[in-house]
Amino acid sequence: MASLTHQEILLPVKPGFIVFTLIAAALLNMLPWTGWALWFRPDFVALVVLYWVIEQPHRMGFTAALLLGLLMDVADGTLLGQHALAYSILVYGGILFHRRVRLFTPTPQIVHVIPLLLLNDVIVLGIRLMAGADFPGYRYFFGSFVGGALWPFLSALLKLPQRPKPENHV
Amino acid sequence: MEHQPPPFFRTGPTPLVRLLLFTSICLALLVLDARLKYLDRLRQAASVIVYPIQRIAGAPASIFQRASDFFVTNSSLRSENARLEQESLSQSALLQQLGLLQTENDHLRKLLGTRERLKARTTLAEILYAARDPFSRKLVVDQGSFDDVQAGEPVIDGVGVVGQVTRVYPWQAEVTLITDKDHLVPVLNTRNGMRAVLAGTGNDGALELRFVPLNADFENGDQLVTSGIDGVYPPGLPVAQVSNVERNAAFLFARITCKPLAGVNSHRQVLIVHAQQPAAERPPEAEKPPPPPRATKKGRRGG
Repeated sequence: MASLTHQEILLPVKPGFIVFTLIAAALLNMLPWTGWALWFRPDFVALVVLYWVIEQPHRMGFTAALLLGLLMDVADGTLLGQHALAYSILVYGGILFHRRVRLFTPTPQIVHVIPLLLLNDVIVLGIRLMAGADFPGYRYFFGSFVGGALWPFLSALLKLPQRPKPENHV
Repeated sequence: MEHQPPPFFRTGPTPLVRLLLFTSICLALLVLDARLKYLDRLRQAASVIVYPIQRIAGAPASIFQRASDFFVTNSSLRSENARLEQESLSQSALLQQLGLLQTENDHLRKLLGTRERLKARTTLAEILYAARDPFSRKLVVDQGSFDDVQAGEPVIDGVGVVGQVTRVYPWQAEVTLITDKDHLVPVLNTRNGMRAVLAGTGNDGALELRFVPLNADFENGDQLVTSGIDGVYPPGLPVAQVSNVERNAAFLFARITCKPLAGVNSHRQVLIVHAQQPAAERPPEAEKPPPPPRATKKGRRGG
């Protein structure tokens, strides 16, 4: 179990970098996805929010999640508050589990991440159904599994700027 | 599991308290938006912030399109040019007839003393993106309230009706497609003049005619055009073609499926029609019969 307890010592993360990654995630969400790609598209904002909540629960909180959710609602032209509600509950889940999740390496973390992303989808789905939409079919949940599959790559990518430089190692 | 901070670290309310607070904010927003429609101002303001991000997100696709436009081959341009020339020739003949017919029509209408049909002004709009929402069928186009676009205006392409403007932002407008669930278009069967209501089903390429009696005369291949009685869509625009008629005596209404004519999902430009049709005047309200005197009611109850 050595790999599970292996922890890297990373540099402190810059707040500007968190903001940058969140905006980049919003950009990815706003790319013109159509057709089948839309079904496989993970909610990148939810993914990055979840990552920062687990890694930096003191930096990433409910307020940021609410604002990002409202941003996505305006961008998608959906009911104001549906993504905001889903992201707020996602942040709560992240805060609740962050100590446990951080014990694992990124690949087993997927098992924790997918249920949280599915919860996010279920909340949005529930609000849409209450507002009078039809159930779009189970393919609606594909995106969460794709998001889970992307998690190790995302985790490696977002840790890059915090890696200490080789000179400092000596 | 819950981390208990020492009292000298100020950490604010616990996550559960915050969750309840933020959940109630979101629920309040949802109710305000869905039931009371109070938040359109807020949405407009926020859309100004979102707009640059959306343009950046749309940039790769539009750059790709422009690049592929640039690298068209000589032969494809030649063939397209030949085709367009042919089309314009065949259409110019029709156009000459049209001018003649229009003057004749105007003359006849004046003779009849009817209201002249308003010439609709149109705005060309480019589709920025299709809404990334698996629940609804919507488009966002690059013309907004600064370009005189108003909510409710119909949107067409070269073939037929695409949808209707449902929300207007300063530089963008949201178009709900006719295939969106529960989007209604009043139509007319060109073969026999029967009126019906065409509803979207939420699936691309499928529309249905609602509340049509079992014995109504609808056949496969019938063309449906807008009837214009709603005051939103100008009359006579092609909308759909009947693709399947199912008559089952077990149900009250026939099940009629139609195919949209306009390339609802396959265009880059659409036309927004500014049809300022004055709505027909409401008929004067009928005199209400006076309420029955209470005394009789009481008397009846007593008896």
